[in-house]
Amino acid sequence: MIATLEDKQYTTLNLGPTHPATHGIFQNVLTLDGEQIIDAEQTIGYIHRAFEKIAEHRPFYQITPLTDRLNYCSSPINNIGWHMTVEKLLGVKTSKRVDYMRIILMELARITDHLVCNSVIGVDSGALTGFIYVFQEREKVYEIYEEVSGARLTTNMGRIGGFERDLSPKAVKKIREFLDHLPKVLHEFEKLLMRNRIFMDRTIGVGPISGERALNYGFTGPNLRAAGVDYDVRVMTPYSSYDDFEFTIPVGTQGDTYDRFCVRQQEIWESVKLVRNALENLPEGNFHVDVPQFFLPPKEEVYSKMEALIWHFKIVMGEIEVPVGEVYHSVEGGNGELGFYLVSDGGRTPYRLHFRRPGFIYYQAYPEMIRGGVLSDAILTMSSMNVIAGELDA
Amino acid sequence: MENSFIIDKLYKAFGQDILKMDTSSDILAFTVACPVIHEVICFLKENENMNFNFLTDLCGIHYPDRGLPLGVVYHLHNMAENKRLRIKTFVTLNDPNIPTVTDLFSSANWMERETYDFYGIVFTGHPNLKRILNVEYMDFFPMRKEYPLEDPTREDKDDRYFGR
Amino acid sequence: MDTRMPAYTKADPPDGYSAPGFFATTLDKVIGLARKNSIWPLPFATSCCGIEFMATMGAHYDLGRFGAERLSFSPRQADLLMVMGTIAKKMAPVIQQVYIQMAEPRWVLAVGACASSGGIFDTYSVLQGIDRVVPVDVYVPGCPPRPEQIIDGFMKVQELVANESLRRRYSEEYKEMLKGYGILK
Repeated sequence: MIATLEDKQYTTLNLGPTHPATHGIFQNVLTLDGEQIIDAEQTIGYIHRAFEKIAEHRPFYQITPLTDRLNYCSSPINNIGWHMTVEKLLGVKTSKRVDYMRIILMELARITDHLVCNSVIGVDSGALTGFIYVFQEREKVYEIYEEVSGARLTTNMGRIGGFERDLSPKAVKKIREFLDHLPKVLHEFEKLLMRNRIFMDRTIGVGPISGERALNYGFTGPNLRAAGVDYDVRVMTPYSSYDDFEFTIPVGTQGDTYDRFCVRQQEIWESVKLVRNALENLPEGNFHVDVPQFFLPPKEEVYSKMEALIWHFKIVMGEIEVPVGEVYHSVEGGNGELGFYLVSDGGRTPYRLHFRRPGFIYYQAYPEMIRGGVLSDAILTMSSMNVIAGELDA
Repeated sequence: MENSFIIDKLYKAFGQDILKMDTSSDILAFTVACPVIHEVICFLKENENMNFNFLTDLCGIHYPDRGLPLGVVYHLHNMAENKRLRIKTFVTLNDPNIPTVTDLFSSANWMERETYDFYGIVFTGHPNLKRILNVEYMDFFPMRKEYPLEDPTREDKDDRYFGR
Repeated sequence: MDTRMPAYTKADPPDGYSAPGFFATTLDKVIGLARKNSIWPLPFATSCCGIEFMATMGAHYDLGRFGAERLSFSPRQADLLMVMGTIAKKMAPVIQQVYIQMAEPRWVLAVGACASSGGIFDTYSVLQGIDRVVPVDVYVPGCPPRPEQIIDGFMKVQELVANESLRRRYSEEYKEMLKGYGILK
């Protein structure tokens, strides 16, 4: 198809909605001059699932499974972020043990998220090997999730107020094994790509964005940090006792694909450190706090005690009382600031729940980032931005 | 940055047009009159004392029982001082026009389109205001409270089992 | 099941008569045998299940053991449409278009609750099961299904492929069914 723009002739190329190079379902209509990209226009919404509308019809605890499916590469962060939002509304303060357990699981989730993204950058630049390597490691994290929550991908991790059960010795053992093994694989993975001439040529200077433009476009997370802005929710507004730990926020300079890759890679190392620290210093104590209106009482008590039975019934039916009010809580998700804006009118369901999905907000900068580049670079830019369709379309 | 400083400055600049202030929730919140929303956000962004340079979030909300049922909630963030601010504005169903802030924040583009898609709030001056998530031929605004959640094309659901 | 063990060391021969030096069976079965062990899937991965599919294709579970090593991203060369993830109403025409572009014989595997029935997303924007737009051969439940389940579903498809009559795709019933979906005019 030939499209005319001004007096020159341009080709229009339709990338998506199903295309092997679009990880996730969205459409990019590119206007090309030869192989050079003149302009791009995205269409999204191909897996719009109406999360926000569903959330208005579900009791608070039933919203956790929805958050799983936002950024499904790092479900625990979403789950725990939502739990913390409700805790903020209730004014509940969690114990240190809960906080540290949360940090362990959230950082493991961040590791998997970044592993997927970085290995897929490898795939798109023609290096499938790294992908096969790190997916083995990702399987190990999934086994840890299974040990903790029973599910692999959509974890429904934890409960409002903490966790449904403690970290089992087996889970702790698996986490330790994972922490011991991951660095070897990561080193190998970095050797494959980071100083690889072909990979560097393919990624350096590709899809750059300046820090200023990135802020204007609402970038957060690794993509913003790659552009040189050291904004991280974990440091800026520490939640879940992140301020107890020391970790570095890696920052890039160019905001290009290579920087995004390196920032993510460095963050994996930091996350490994964080998980290790949190695991070493895991305090004794209860694995949940006392929020009877959300935390199911133990089954034995339900069968023998009146009060426990009442709470059980109330929770399952969603007939619990919550305060009227509105809160905004954000956590550092795999892709950036994942925010939950919750308006409660005291009913059994949220009156309004809005998810601030980082992927949705920064993906609009894509045309600006690829303009002037060539077609193959557009693919790499997209995979390095790590746009997750579930998060994009909500 | 203290709350009182922001309150002072805002009241000095906009006085009459600030309809409500809420210091009780987690973030300092103002409700401002719709016609000045652009000026307020521009002031907050560009005044060197304010410097709220990051639009964290923009979303719609619907209160069917109120006189001004449709609203937009902006979350602004001053990253240097780490201060967050919530600005709200409300409009009527018949005249759901709100000035766009896309000229201030590029990130507002899709967020405003999403709000239009969900609530039918028209952002005047928006460069490309059309549906973003739903199909373009959709003839209602699904997030408004009067519209049902469930898919109307399903026949296998017996209302009796759902208490209806 | 230990997924690390290869499921087949060699393909099982179909029923037939054999004696030293010869083996006789029907053409259907020979073709079924060949097709079954060289299915080219088209991964139509939209959301969470797609990530589990990536795990299935990875080294740990390795769908390649079943002759499905070669993913066909082009519908023209694909035999099996694997729909993984939620299909919104906006996506429904696209998936039908992809199905139409596939050459006969073609099979469809609906992976996950969303593709099978809409799953937890009983909402205004989600298609309540892909069987509203394309005929589905095998459904895999789960949200998302484990890789073992996806492999199990895939093996069910293999069974169908192996036992399908060569005349099925020319039958009137088949044509009627496609007309019912609006795929055949």
